Amino acid sequence: MIKMNLLQAINNALVTAMAANPKVLVLGEDVGHFGGVFRATSDLQAKFGRERCFNTPLTEQGIIGFANGLAAQGCIPVAEIQFADYIFPAFDQIINETAKFRYRSGGQFDCGNLTIRAPYGGGIAGGHYHSQSPEAFFTHIPGIKVVIPRNPYQAKGLLLSAIRDPDPVLFLEPKRIYRASVGDVPEEDYELPLGQADVVQVGTDITLVGWGAQVEVLQDAAEQALKLGISCEIIDLQSLLPWDAELVCASVNKTGRLLINHEAPVTSGFGSEIAATVQERCFLHLESPIQRVCGLDTPYPLIQEKQYMPDALKTLAAIKYSVNY
Amino acid sequence: MIELNERNHLQHIQITHDVELQQHAHESIPMLQLLDEQGMLLSTTCPLWDQATATKIFNTMHYIRILDERMVSAQRQGRISFYLACTGEEAAVIASTAALQPNDMIMTQYREQGALAYRGYSTEQFMNQLFSNALDPNKGRQMPIHYGDKALNFMTVSSPLGTQIPQAAGYAYGQRVSGESAVTICYFGEGAASEGDFHAGLNMAAVLGCPTIFLCRNNGYAISTPANEQFVGDGIAARGIGYGVKTIRVDGNDALAVFIATQTARQIALEEQCPVLIEAMTYRLAAHSTSDDPSSYRVNEEEQKWQAKDPLQRLQRHLIQQQWFDEAATEAYCEHHRNEVLRALKVAERQPNIPIDEIVTDVYAQVPLHLQTQLDALKDHVAAHPNDYPKMTGEKS
Repeated sequence: MIKMNLLQAINNALVTAMAANPKVLVLGEDVGHFGGVFRATSDLQAKFGRERCFNTPLTEQGIIGFANGLAAQGCIPVAEIQFADYIFPAFDQIINETAKFRYRSGGQFDCGNLTIRAPYGGGIAGGHYHSQSPEAFFTHIPGIKVVIPRNPYQAKGLLLSAIRDPDPVLFLEPKRIYRASVGDVPEEDYELPLGQADVVQVGTDITLVGWGAQVEVLQDAAEQALKLGISCEIIDLQSLLPWDAELVCASVNKTGRLLINHEAPVTSGFGSEIAATVQERCFLHLESPIQRVCGLDTPYPLIQEKQYMPDALKTLAAIKYSVNY
Repeated sequence: MIELNERNHLQHIQITHDVELQQHAHESIPMLQLLDEQGMLLSTTCPLWDQATATKIFNTMHYIRILDERMVSAQRQGRISFYLACTGEEAAVIASTAALQPNDMIMTQYREQGALAYRGYSTEQFMNQLFSNALDPNKGRQMPIHYGDKALNFMTVSSPLGTQIPQAAGYAYGQRVSGESAVTICYFGEGAASEGDFHAGLNMAAVLGCPTIFLCRNNGYAISTPANEQFVGDGIAARGIGYGVKTIRVDGNDALAVFIATQTARQIALEEQCPVLIEAMTYRLAAHSTSDDPSSYRVNEEEQKWQAKDPLQRLQRHLIQQQWFDEAATEAYCEHHRNEVLRALKVAERQPNIPIDEIVTDVYAQVPLHLQTQLDALKDHVAAHPNDYPKMTGEKS
């Protein structure tokens, strides 16, 4: 085990994947000798050469189109989109190409080797173009998987799984905790399963569901709730597509209450999907309305960022409302 | 330690003191033509093709005419939902494919059935896709003409325009780093070249050294929009120069010129590990698709002018000049294939369709739990309403 921050864990996963398989290539804007604007790809070019880790021209649709071609050919591309806010020029390539390659060809061709990495989320004074959480758009695309780690250990294990998974994966990285999240990470190669949620804390009174940097917010709120005698069960979804409805519903059947927290705007956020599924499957076990503590339905603000964020205090208020309902 | 080089992005730029705006860097890019409309050879220095190649191209052009004619009729009779003919553009597609090797990947737009036929796709295979039956390799998931065949290195067609262009750059990069002695050819129209993916793909291929042949079929129309409402520059070829891509413009109705240009492009792409752009100037004599009626946007006289430039007639005249034309053999070839198409069509339309279970396969490598649950619910519902949904293979009638 070594102490690493989340960025170092991602870099370590990339080194591990590239060393284990010469087909793994890393591409994106500034990922070459510069190592990416966040340094996630530091030293990859020096270690593995320019052919395997290379800068691309500044074109997101081109990066994903190019990576789709690489993946179809048999290479294992890991494409970086510098900020998730800038992924939208590539939306067509992801929806109409990456995700449909296998289906439309009856399984003759696929882009399963592709992993797209992108930092996402707010809390860094980035305003609307360096803070968005666009995960819900991508959970609406049959054919891709969406994965989000919450700490360095999860980041390395989930990224290695994503790179080796036979389906294309969008790997969103919570950039607010890139350096703040530090933990023990095994030096060796390991994988964590996709499609499975993780119970971060066992509890009895209410289930709190989140992902990425918001898991820490849930932990903070749960700690304060405990002082009020409320026991929270915390679930990190880890995979949003497909998502672990079984684990979440089992937890809600036990606690009778559910709170979902995400930074993205509340309307049509992924919390809506979770709430709909839970009310279908857990209707008779629910003791109170499902709570969604989310971003406002506004563009991501700058100077009012603190007020906008679904923070621990808002989460605690919703926990109390749910328990006292 | 990172080695840094001093860079000078002004190095190749000359200074001027005249206030002068530039629009054309040079004269219009010339068009390579090796056969005139009478099929006469126009160059004495150019390399030629052999009789077998020329004959195979010629026969494949005939085959595609027969296939297109029959399938447009089949659509009119309501036997298939949609079709898209490539009449007038056969030389641009077939002669370029003929200049490739079988291990070269072909990525197309949708009007390149000639490339697939040249590679050996059978009439039965065409029919199975067109009828979306149980033998369709796409499992009945795509509209007619969205062919794909892994064994023939022909990437499955997708409808969104231009998406294959950056993919072809990436595919060729993969071929290069895997040490394959192969290139990727990417076909698209002059309309699709307005898409962002065209610009992304060409630039990336140039910057990253991808052995890709980009072949633009400039057929004058994007559905109803004529080329002069699509762009004002010197066509698509000039853009290649702008991106630093080796470029050639060719008479797309001259099979020999297309063949030689593509052969040269392939050699350069492989030897120099770089992309090449070919702009084939041609004309879509056909409607855009069976959903289109060109009489509402172009005049008959214009079509007649291009009929006179018919690539098939021109090639036939050339074969006659070369004393390679065997009229009886050609007639027999066409007769055989006319019958074959009719026969295969009747067989394909009677084939069963795919089982309902295939609705959830190939979304992911394995069917995930949520899709299995949705499939089970769907099957229960259909079973409860047996007369309200089309019968699929394996269901009780």
